[in-house]
Amino acid sequence: MITAGIDVGAKNVKVIIQEDGKILGKGLVLAGLDTQASIKGAVDAALKDADLASDKVEKVFATGAGRKDVPDADDSYTEVGADAAGAIHLYPQARTVIDVGAEEGRAIRVDERGKVVDFAINERCAAGAGAFTEAMARALELPLEELGRLSLTSTKAVPMNAQCAVFAESEVVSLIHAKTEKQDIARAVHDAMATRITSMARRVGVKPDIALIGGVARNPGFVDSLQRDLETEVLIPEDPEYVSAFGAALLAAGLGK
Amino acid sequence: MAEDTTSKDYWRWTESNWHDPDMDWREGDIISAGVDVGSVSSQTVIMVDGKLYAYSNMRTGSDSPKSAENAMDWALEGTGMTLDDIHYAVGTGYGRVNVPFAKRAITEIACHARGANFMYGPTIKTVLDMGGQDCKAIRVDQKGKVVSFLMNDKCAAGTGRGMEVFADLLGVHITKVGEMSLQVDEEPPMVSSTCVVFAKSEASALLREGWPKEKVLAAYCLAMAHRVVGLLERLGIEEDFAITGGIAKNIGIVSRVEKELGIKALKPSLDTQIAGAIGGALFATALLKKERKKK
Repeated sequence: MITAGIDVGAKNVKVIIQEDGKILGKGLVLAGLDTQASIKGAVDAALKDADLASDKVEKVFATGAGRKDVPDADDSYTEVGADAAGAIHLYPQARTVIDVGAEEGRAIRVDERGKVVDFAINERCAAGAGAFTEAMARALELPLEELGRLSLTSTKAVPMNAQCAVFAESEVVSLIHAKTEKQDIARAVHDAMATRITSMARRVGVKPDIALIGGVARNPGFVDSLQRDLETEVLIPEDPEYVSAFGAALLAAGLGK
Repeated sequence: MAEDTTSKDYWRWTESNWHDPDMDWREGDIISAGVDVGSVSSQTVIMVDGKLYAYSNMRTGSDSPKSAENAMDWALEGTGMTLDDIHYAVGTGYGRVNVPFAKRAITEIACHARGANFMYGPTIKTVLDMGGQDCKAIRVDQKGKVVSFLMNDKCAAGTGRGMEVFADLLGVHITKVGEMSLQVDEEPPMVSSTCVVFAKSEASALLREGWPKEKVLAAYCLAMAHRVVGLLERLGIEEDFAITGGIAKNIGIVSRVEKELGIKALKPSLDTQIAGAIGGALFATALLKKERKKK
């Protein structure tokens, strides 16, 4: 059965088309002002990538903050449900799923059957989401990709006192004035964010294996800090930002837990 | 901070200094000073025999001791007084331990309570201090002593720094923000995020949708007021009530806090940003009296 999952996130719309658990195509479009146009764009991109006509897709499930905005969806699923379905399909041995997106962070505990047991969400504060690293990259006048890479070259842990992204921005500027090395500031930024995510994950109980998904999983600096904080390795799929959309597509096909 | 990055610094509030030309400090018995080094602004208040003589209010630089010295120098400007003439100085605020010439450091909570009591009289029972990087709700007794307090220092929502970010985003000077936010026919729904970072992206989206600046500011001021009302309600509010700190100068916030509480704030007679430094100077006066008694 060919199905599609549409994840309407705070920053991007992601679409996955799958058949029997295999990904046929994917599409990603920046969520602009016109949500409908962004959704259509991402769907068209995924269809093109899969080389399929739209009538071949039998069922469509939506997820994400804007899941109610998908007009043609057969059903919609919470982000937590879609995250778990996608991550557990990729890593059946995972018991903890951490999803760090642009404006939200989530930690999900699943049992051995892949069912969601508990979860915690940070949606109120930029300090526990991708928006934090974006703001810090701006303060450091570095492209976001560079911030992650630079962080890995740091050998010194510099503490960050501020929690709020707004205050942290001023702190980063003070660190620059105090002639702190850029790579050490970059690491401080990722350490601070990792601390926030770890403490959220600890609220639901961290059990290995841990899968890390969401766009921020592409940031090697954050991954490094998180692994240090969790004192264990995390599993990261090839396209971490698509896992939730994949989960929705699996659920549409009745393949999710 | 933003000093070297923006061509038009909308966030820049006005610095000021003042001294009483009719008072001769040389006739005073006790000359005391309070220096409040905050995360965004620093103030010095000089008192002669417990009466306000001079003050300054300026931005905090990257170096706390230097900021304290600058605020002191500016308060002394034109008075003929020098640092050596001050008998006792108290440091307060975020950088209170970095005031080189202070004999004692006292928390800003105690100083704001004491300062509000001086500014608004002994009937004041609840003080909301909306500062640059934190927000405190303080219950005080009739002598200006702290009964209890609640503080938000983790998050920029409800602080002056958050307002600066918005002033920059909209290109509206910070001193005009409050007034402008009231130029709406009816109140829009408040922005849904309390986080300044998210509120900023929400506001950008509203601007692109064609909302006028006034309406966006109203939506933000409402959310900010709602946030601090929550803090006040957790503490428990009793009249008389007053707001201190830089945000007390923002009519868009003050009027919305009053409306949501159903309580009017007392009108300030002095610059609301110097409340902490006033408290510091009053403590300095009392401490010096005690010291002299011992001798």
